[in-house]
Formats: sequence, structure tokens, C-alpha cells
Amino acid sequence: MFDPKAIQNDFPMFRNKPDMQGRPLVWLDNASTTFKPDSVISAVVDYYTKETSNSHRGDYDLCYAMDQAVLHARKTIARFLNCEPREVVFTSGATGSLNTVAYGYGLKFLKEGDEILITEAEHASNVLPWFQIAKYTGCKVSYIPLSENGRITPKNLEKALTPRTKLVSFAAVGNVLGYLEPVKELTKIAHNHGVLVCLDGAQSVPHMKTDVRDLDVDFLAFSGHKMLGPTGIGVLYGKYDLLSKMDPFISGGGNNDKFHMDCSVTFLPPPERFEAGTQNLAGILGLTKAVEYLENLGFDSIVEHERKLKQYAVEKLLQTGNAEIYNADSEAGIITFNIKGVFAQDAATYLNSQGIACRSGQHCAKLLNQTYLKTPATVRASFYVYTTEDDIDALAEAVKNGGNYLDAYFI
Amino acid sequence: MPTSFEITPEIMREIIMDHYSSPRHKRAPENKDLYFSTHSSSVNCIDDIDVYLEEKDGVVVDALWDGVACAISTASTDILCDLLIGKKKDEALYVIEQYKNMIIGQPYDKDVLDEALAFTNTGKQPARIHCATIGWDAFEKIIHEHACEGGECHGK
Repeated sequence: MFDPKAIQNDFPMFRNKPDMQGRPLVWLDNASTTFKPDSVISAVVDYYTKETSNSHRGDYDLCYAMDQAVLHARKTIARFLNCEPREVVFTSGATGSLNTVAYGYGLKFLKEGDEILITEAEHASNVLPWFQIAKYTGCKVSYIPLSENGRITPKNLEKALTPRTKLVSFAAVGNVLGYLEPVKELTKIAHNHGVLVCLDGAQSVPHMKTDVRDLDVDFLAFSGHKMLGPTGIGVLYGKYDLLSKMDPFISGGGNNDKFHMDCSVTFLPPPERFEAGTQNLAGILGLTKAVEYLENLGFDSIVEHERKLKQYAVEKLLQTGNAEIYNADSEAGIITFNIKGVFAQDAATYLNSQGIACRSGQHCAKLLNQTYLKTPATVRASFYVYTTEDDIDALAEAVKNGGNYLDAYFI
Repeated sequence: MPTSFEITPEIMREIIMDHYSSPRHKRAPENKDLYFSTHSSSVNCIDDIDVYLEEKDGVVVDALWDGVACAISTASTDILCDLLIGKKKDEALYVIEQYKNMIIGQPYDKDVLDEALAFTNTGKQPARIHCATIGWDAFEKIIHEHACEGGECHGK
């Protein structure tokens, strides 16, 4: 039995009952970041209190143990994604991963006249690195048109692909609308045209089983902190032959074999090639525990739990008669809405005054608001394994009274 | 200027809603050449505004603003425009300083703030302090940078 209330007991952020405006905290900003269970926090604390050492560096037991722990972490992530450990690159997060692909692959192999395809729904981290690569190489960034309700369709991808397209990069689940894209089918289409696929999994990997072999994507980026893990740690998966062709985005200690005064250098093979500098070891250990925690809950149950919550939230918010919902039919546990007649930021402040943490704004997907949503800003409530129907009831109650949003300042 | 009314939460709310639903100064000037202007936006929120200031002989003769803004930034910026018009540089800067002191909970001279007193409680929602000050920061910047340099005032 999947019991979010019992799950909350594993999380100090719930047990500690942080006060928000004199009310119990209702945490509905999981698309932004998530709370951490004891096991993750212990792994981080243990690193700093019992296991501190660098990796790859020493000749002593602590360091050897750390190397083994990183190896174990890589194996755990590889099993989690169904890939080889050498295809798992640790990064600072999805942003770091996407930049590693953009600069490591894009900068080296793309040239003037080439085309990168993205969508208007992408997060800044899957837009701006490509803008930079376009600037440096002279290649062009184009957009797969979104369907009327905001999805990427196979048909639209087919239409957008040209003989010049070299790479397509999109989010499996968009961070504003939460549509689950048909990744496998889209990947097949891209591959039929000889086009590489880079998948932003920041909003999908935490919430559903991700099998990179089955999806056949060439790259996958995701963050640890959105899946119960620490901040500052993420993963780039890449097919090994592609990673092998790429240059490092960041160079320094730990990613080279040898170098000489004439600037010649031999970089290590992947994944170490992309992991210059001391890694976020506490983060790596914590992320491993987060993966184990999620696997223990089981992704089938997580998907079902979030599906029910989404449905419940849509019903409850519609019942208030006071909400305009932009993504009622999307799969993910993300509901994007406005309180009727209230600017999104004012609504979020009102929710804050009621103890509810939601995000207002453009959610880093600034192109989407300009062209698709046609509203300057929205409020986003996003759910996770510990979200309860009570949380959503609290949200609905606040939305119902949202017209009194200035109460936030006067009551 | 003494405060011309007794400030209560109800009145504060009315003032903010009034300036939010019908701002008096929210438009780009027809002749932009007459105005100093600056752009201001926030990383934390959606507010994204331009402010315009016209001065003559060292006195603010018009203040306007335009853009996308929430209730708090709309009302606070619009009220500031009211307060700026007719003031000399130093008077204008004094009003802005007193307002900012109020927002961050420091002692302030409430006699010069008039309707801007409606924002007394902004500190209750610290995440919104930038909304209540975005227009004020922008106008302060313009006045500092452009108006009345070295005692000599120049219209643009």
C-alpha cells in the first residue's frame, strides 16, 4: 500500500514541521526541488564525518574506500538506467549535463549550416547552451512546433527535421505543462534521419522508470535534487561511442592521462574524461541512496500515486470555480494554473501566506509563455511521493479564497 | 506633506487595488525624447518594466511607467509617480529613501509617503520586497544618473 503520509516520516523536512507564515508547510514545489529522506542525508553526513577523502588520489584506506563507493554509485545508476557504468558521467546537475553535451559534442562536431532542433517548451538549461553553440559554430537552432495542447508529436517532429538537422534535444516531461512525450517513437524518427537525440530527463527520471536502452536516446540529463538527492549532483548518460568522440567541457585534474609543454594532452576515456576536478562525492553517495529509496518504493506505484493526485487536483481546483488550468490533461504530477483575475505572483504570495509553497512565474521556460500560453506567468503546483490529498485540499481551499490575495499583507 | 487620511488595513487594500486596477501613470510617453528612462526587471519574478521621467528646471514634471507587473509592483510604482511629480531632485530622493526604510523595517518619515503607506506591511511577505521596490529603485537610478547634475538641471 502506497502511503504518502508514512513516507513523510522518512523526511526530516516534514518531521521538523518548518513554520511557514505561522502555518504548517504544504510543499507543492517538487518540480523545483524535493525534500531528502534520512538515508540520503545520512550518506552525506557520513561522508563528512566518517569517510572524508578524495577519490583517485591517495594510497590509503579511506581513499580506496571512496573509490569503491564511487564505483558502486556508478553501478547503481547504471542499473537504474539500464546502461553500462562507463556511460554514467557525474555532473553538477541536468544543467551541467546538457552543457557537457552542447560543448563536448556540439562545439566539436556542429558547423555552419547544421541545425539543432528544440521546442518552445524547453527549460532555459535546454535552450541557452544551444544558443551558445549556435553562436560559436554558426549552426542554427530551430523549433519543433508544439501541438495545439502543447505536446511534441511524431508528425511535427517529422515535419521539422531537415537534411541539415544534426541533433534534437527535448524534455521527456516539460517542466511547465508536464506532458509526457513519446520519447521512444520520437527517437526512432530522429534516428531514421541520422539525427542524435539528447533527452532532458530532469522532470521524468525522478517520476518514472527510465530505460535508456529501450528508449534508445543518445544522451540523457537529469538532476539529483529533484529526485530526493542532494543539490549539486546530476548525471549525464551518453552512449559510449558518442562519449568517446567528445571533448571534455571542463578540464583539469582527474580527466587527463598525460600532458606536455607543447599543449599536447591525452584525456582519459569516459566517464572520467568529463569529471575533471574533485567531484561532489557527498552528492554522489547521497544520490545513490536516493535512487535506492525510489526503487524501493517502486516506479509503478509512484506513477500511479502521482496520476491519482493530478486527477484529484484538477477536480478540486475546477470545483473552486476560481482556477484557470493550463494542463488538465497532462500526465505528470504538475498542475499549472492561474487564480482567475489574479496575477500569478500575487497568487503565489497569497498561497505562501497560507503556508503553501508553489512556484509562480515562467518556470525558466520563457519561450513557452511568449508563444504558447499567452499569459505572462502561471502558478505551478507539483507533486511527489510524499504529497497527500490533504496538501491538495489545502491548495484548493486557498485558490477558492484567492480573490482576497491582498490578505497576505494585512491579516 | 502630512498624511491626509487614517491608514487602516482596509484603506491600504483599497489604495493598492485602486492603483492596480486603474493605474494613472502606466503608459509609455508619446514623445520619449523628452524623458529619461530605464528598464528594470527581476530575476525572481515576472515584473519587467520601463520607467520614464521628465524634468524641467530641476523639477519632475512627469513620471510614467509601463510593462508587465504584479499588483504590488504596479500599485507601488504608480503611487511613486504621483509622489514624484512636482518634486525637486532632493525631495524626490528623500521620499524614495523614506519608503525604502519603511519597507525594510527601519525608522522612516511617514509624513512624506502619503498613499505609499499602503505598503507598510510588505515585510510580512519578504519574498515580495523586490516587487514593492522595483519601480522605486528604477526611478532612484534615473534621478541619480541624469537629473540635476552639479546644481545645473538639464531637460533631455
